Amino acid sequence: MNKVDQSTHKSKENTSEQKLNSSPKQSLDLDKNHVTVGKPFSDDSKMTMRNVDVFYADKQAIYDVNLDIAKNEVIAMIGPSGCGKSTFLRTLNRMNDTVDGCRVSGTIAMDGENLYAPKLDVVELRARVGMVFQKPNPFPKSIYENVAYGAKIHGLADSRVDLDEIVENSLRKASLWEEVKERLHQPGTGLSGGQQQRLCIARAIAVSPEVILMDEPCSALDPIATAKIEELIEELSQNFTIAIVTHSMQQAARVSHRTAYFHLGKLIEVNPTEQVFTLPEHQLTEAYITGRFG
Amino acid sequence: MQVTNILFLLVGLGAFGYYLGRGRSLAMANPLGGIRRLHSLPSYHGMHVALWCLIPSLILLGLWFIFADAVINNLVISSLEPALLPPDSAGYNLVFNKINNIASGVIKEQGQPLGLIEAAQYMDSLRTMSRWSLTLLLLTVSLFGLAWGQRKITVDFRARPAVEKVMQNMLFVCACLAIFTTLGIVLSVLFESIQFFRSVPLYDFVFGLDWSPQTAIREDQVGSSGSFGAIPLFVGTLLVSAVAMFIAVPIGLMSAIYLAEYAGKNVRTFAKPALEVLAGIPTVVYGFFAALTVAPFLRNLGSDFGLAISSESALAAGGVMGIMIIPFISSLADDVITAVPQSMRDGSLAMGATQSETIRRVVIPAALPGIVGGIMLAVSRAIGETMIVVMAAGMAANLTANPLESVTTVTVQIVTLLTGDQEFDSPKTLAAFALGLMLFMVTLVLNIVALHIVKKYREQYE
Repeated sequence: MNKVDQSTHKSKENTSEQKLNSSPKQSLDLDKNHVTVGKPFSDDSKMTMRNVDVFYADKQAIYDVNLDIAKNEVIAMIGPSGCGKSTFLRTLNRMNDTVDGCRVSGTIAMDGENLYAPKLDVVELRARVGMVFQKPNPFPKSIYENVAYGAKIHGLADSRVDLDEIVENSLRKASLWEEVKERLHQPGTGLSGGQQQRLCIARAIAVSPEVILMDEPCSALDPIATAKIEELIEELSQNFTIAIVTHSMQQAARVSHRTAYFHLGKLIEVNPTEQVFTLPEHQLTEAYITGRFG
Repeated sequence: MQVTNILFLLVGLGAFGYYLGRGRSLAMANPLGGIRRLHSLPSYHGMHVALWCLIPSLILLGLWFIFADAVINNLVISSLEPALLPPDSAGYNLVFNKINNIASGVIKEQGQPLGLIEAAQYMDSLRTMSRWSLTLLLLTVSLFGLAWGQRKITVDFRARPAVEKVMQNMLFVCACLAIFTTLGIVLSVLFESIQFFRSVPLYDFVFGLDWSPQTAIREDQVGSSGSFGAIPLFVGTLLVSAVAMFIAVPIGLMSAIYLAEYAGKNVRTFAKPALEVLAGIPTVVYGFFAALTVAPFLRNLGSDFGLAISSESALAAGGVMGIMIIPFISSLADDVITAVPQSMRDGSLAMGATQSETIRRVVIPAALPGIVGGIMLAVSRAIGETMIVVMAAGMAANLTANPLESVTTVTVQIVTLLTGDQEFDSPKTLAAFALGLMLFMVTLVLNIVALHIVKKYREQYE
């Protein structure tokens, strides 16, 4: 981002703070021109979103979201069902393109490059921004083929040896190698749910993306598998930027550095995770994390 | 009384029984505080009475249909004077038919032997008696059933499970009917085939390379010993089917992929029914289209290039058959491709695969069992198809793998063997049954293989 942009954002931030100070008792009703409170911006941003609106046909799902995702951070997106957090996540690698009638306005950029520019190559973008879905969705192929899939498509391996190495490294990074190294050529669908999800993570990191989007990656898993994935997310954050949507506030608290709270398509508050869960700035955030609705 | 009238009467009685049973159960329930006191709803009580009224008499009616004629015939024949009795079974049929015809008035009585006329009159009186006694018997049984059903109605009577049970058995009987019909067809084909193999050895039929089913009708005819080698027919069938599949599989599959993955909603709503119209065209129409339009066109085209294409070629027949089969493959493949979960596609697209890579590497492999099943069904259909090949493939049993030549298929030969005046015990006619049996076995094996493939790979994505 350039300097001018950042300064305008600073001022926005200020106004929101002033607003907060001037009316400490906010109502639970959302005012029309809500401005995100907290610290949505970063000096070291990997992805920047400005004035993002998303529409499904005539229905608006996301209202004027401004947010930065910093390099190598884990940002969690929480909020009640239907608040638009998954929709927002899917705009970041343009997976919303596959939905009929979905329209995105505003700018979303990665390393300063507009993702919605007409000449942008979606295929290349998705190789740089990987995604893990809510339900594990391994392909009906062998474990090896699942992980090798992206590398084959993008021509990352020149030889079988290269490919073997990529598969092994990815499986190791997803801490699945030890469990599956004896049966790499058995179908990936034969693994347990948690293993399948780690397989999907291995598949995503096999193409060395810069950002990994995770859409409720643990919602279909049991607590032990969930703990493993959370551990994994922490390790991955050393090399990747991760945006994770979750329904579990404990999970957001455990794995993320910053937390963004969405409500009815609006980004209400973004703050360091610790602060969000101990001292939320906005009334709505507090109401949500204390379980008054959700 | 005519049987149809009896049936109407029975149905009327059944309806009356329903009405009575329902009324009786209602009358019992009302003083106790409404139908909630009944174990079963009044309509079930009504049904129960109606079933008691109908089922026993219908069973009796069925038995009558099976046995009455045989009993009457035996009585009539045994009443004949010994002088009129024929010496052998063929003559027996002749005499019997005569009596029958006199009795039903097809043949005038004048000029017939007195014994036959008497027998015919006897038969007539027996039939009348049997019909009247049947009517009386059925009415009595029905009324008894009705009364019995009525008597059984109490507040606690479990009419609902009873009716349920009867319904279940009725469905079972219907299912059995379908199975037994199939079994009957198979057995009749099998027995006729066995008769055929008595005159032509099995080995000569299955592995023979020459097909010319012209047998001598008279002893003194020459040059028509007949040879029944089925290989040329099966090769012809396979050739035509192969040409058909060569056209139908790629086109059907690709149009399915387009419809399922690329086409917008508007195109889909228009194109899918339009493709399925192809399946609704009668095969006769395809047949003369192949014979009168495609075959001459191909012959002319071939002569332009210096190729000799016969005017009845496997190519023309197979090509048109392929077009006929396209909708089978496309609509089956479309269904299985659409059934592949969206999460598979999302997973692949999110990896940065293009849409066609996703289709090639993820969607098609996942849908493969269904697609193979569809193709196998289409192959069975192609092998069994008759009309197009009758019109366009020709009659000459050439043993060739060249699609430009005229070939003949199993179904064509069955048609030619069985049309026109035939004796039903010559090997020429019986050969049709043997061919049918072999064709049936081939398609059966194909279907089993298809089922097996589908089963083996079915649960891959879940």
